[in-house]
Amino acid sequence: MPQLSINQRGALLSVVILIVGLLFWEAAIPPQQLATEMTEYERLMGGGSPRAAIPPPSDIFAKAWEELSNPFYDAGPNDKGIGIQIGYSIYRVLSGYLLAAAVAIPLGFLIGMSPVAYRALNPYIQVLRPISPLAWMPLALFVIRDSEASAIFVIFICSIWPMLLNTAFGVAGVRKDWVNVARTHELGAVRTAFQVILPAAAPTIVTGMRISIGIAWLVIVAAEMLVGGTGIGYYVWNEWNNLDLTSVIFSILMIGIVGMALDSAFGALQRVVAYAE
Amino acid sequence: MAKPFLSVERLTQTYPDAAGGETTVFENASFGIERGEFVCILGHSGCGKSTIMNILAGLASPTSGVVTMDGAEVSGPSLDRGVVFQNYSLLPWLSALKNVSFGVQARHKDWSKVDVEAHSRKYLAMVGLEGDVVLRKPSQLSGGMRQRVSIARAFANQPKLLLLDEPFGALDALTRGTIQEELLKVWSQTEQTVFMITHDIDEAILLADRILLMTNGPYARVAESVQITIPRPRNRTEIVEHPNYYPIRNHLVQFLGQRSKVLSGQPSGGETQTPETVVIDKTKPAGGPEPEARLRAVND
Repeated sequence: MPQLSINQRGALLSVVILIVGLLFWEAAIPPQQLATEMTEYERLMGGGSPRAAIPPPSDIFAKAWEELSNPFYDAGPNDKGIGIQIGYSIYRVLSGYLLAAAVAIPLGFLIGMSPVAYRALNPYIQVLRPISPLAWMPLALFVIRDSEASAIFVIFICSIWPMLLNTAFGVAGVRKDWVNVARTHELGAVRTAFQVILPAAAPTIVTGMRISIGIAWLVIVAAEMLVGGTGIGYYVWNEWNNLDLTSVIFSILMIGIVGMALDSAFGALQRVVAYAE
Repeated sequence: MAKPFLSVERLTQTYPDAAGGETTVFENASFGIERGEFVCILGHSGCGKSTIMNILAGLASPTSGVVTMDGAEVSGPSLDRGVVFQNYSLLPWLSALKNVSFGVQARHKDWSKVDVEAHSRKYLAMVGLEGDVVLRKPSQLSGGMRQRVSIARAFANQPKLLLLDEPFGALDALTRGTIQEELLKVWSQTEQTVFMITHDIDEAILLADRILLMTNGPYARVAESVQITIPRPRNRTEIVEHPNYYPIRNHLVQFLGQRSKVLSGQPSGGETQTPETVVIDKTKPAGGPEPEARLRAVND
């Protein structure tokens, strides 16, 4: 047998773990007792109606097939396709996230360039940063008076901190030599910022953006459970209220997959801006 | 007397020290460099060579004193003074070519992209970098190639004064030799005025028209200006055959080994400190007339 590469062996082992795990799961689910096999007493006590239970993987695959083959249907407020729900969530995440980037990156530049601005703003950042984003929700709902905008605000507030701190850190850490190169070439402040400091700090900034998008995706699920209406978080909660555990597990998987896609998009961006010294 | 092209007048640099007092790195240092001259400055670490370099580049300001170049006072970094830093200072996210054209673009804002690239490639070719090599990032180049790019960047801007801060300090001896010769070749094609810091005596003799010798700090001073009386073009294998080579070299070694210590730590007492010109020439008959009254022939 030819020697497999580490990647191939890893992938193979991954698949084996998946299959073994799924088989155990499938086997561990007790079958529903048929009503005809019950005693009359059991049937009188309601044993004949199906009991809620963790569904086996086969049910989840069937559900996934059904949902993914028609992801964009819209049959009223409580029955929308998974694609529509995820679309709403991504829309909210990206709106809040882009607003946060528009504030955090310029402000981070300022903090990184100016020790005075750093000292002035640092206490606020340190106090505001550890606040759970959902703690802002009541205040946001009261002030903004719109659940949609409040959810976006919560994403904004949770994704601003890693980007702000990483930008400031990256900008402050730009090698003095590179700044001197800009100075000896008489580059103005704006050109120095865009041609030297931004590319030099870009890997650190993008790392902050990657952390932020991860947090934003974690928070949107919780935020949508609170504000309701649409979105993947609302969908999970709604299916829980319906006691449809198959859909709950399916949507949990979808949350993971979308999160992974967002993260790898930023991973790709990180590789683009990376440089070796 | 007319001012030299680059004139350093009564330059003083002091730093606050840990004890709350002041450390004087150098005081009232004065010297000049003529247009087209290649001047090296030799001295031990900590004598303030790099401080002088940063002041000439406009990256630092002296505690007192004035530097004028071509009649204008140096008061900040300028494209007229190109700098080659010891650690190359290439921008690592740009290719070698882009690192050079970055500087050319800054110098010639009205040039088209094609002109900028052609000009950059021309100077890269002068230091022996041609073809696909120039498209590599600095991390994919060897130390010697990186320093070549850095030299090409500085020359491509055709500054009035080129400042080299120990450009070959981080290179191995063989690479250093090759690049020194390339530097000489480029320099002879451009008539560039060069001021260079080095630790390497042989390098200084090979490259310079004149060597400024600095004593140790504190109160360092530019004590001597040694003329290199070896005709150009020079190359590293033939230069050692010249009768003036070893006398000059011995003089430098002796200065750095002993007199730089003996002469250190003497406050100037407010005097302007100009270097004493030293001419060592074994090709002239001993005891012959001295070239100029100010000059002292050392025939040891």
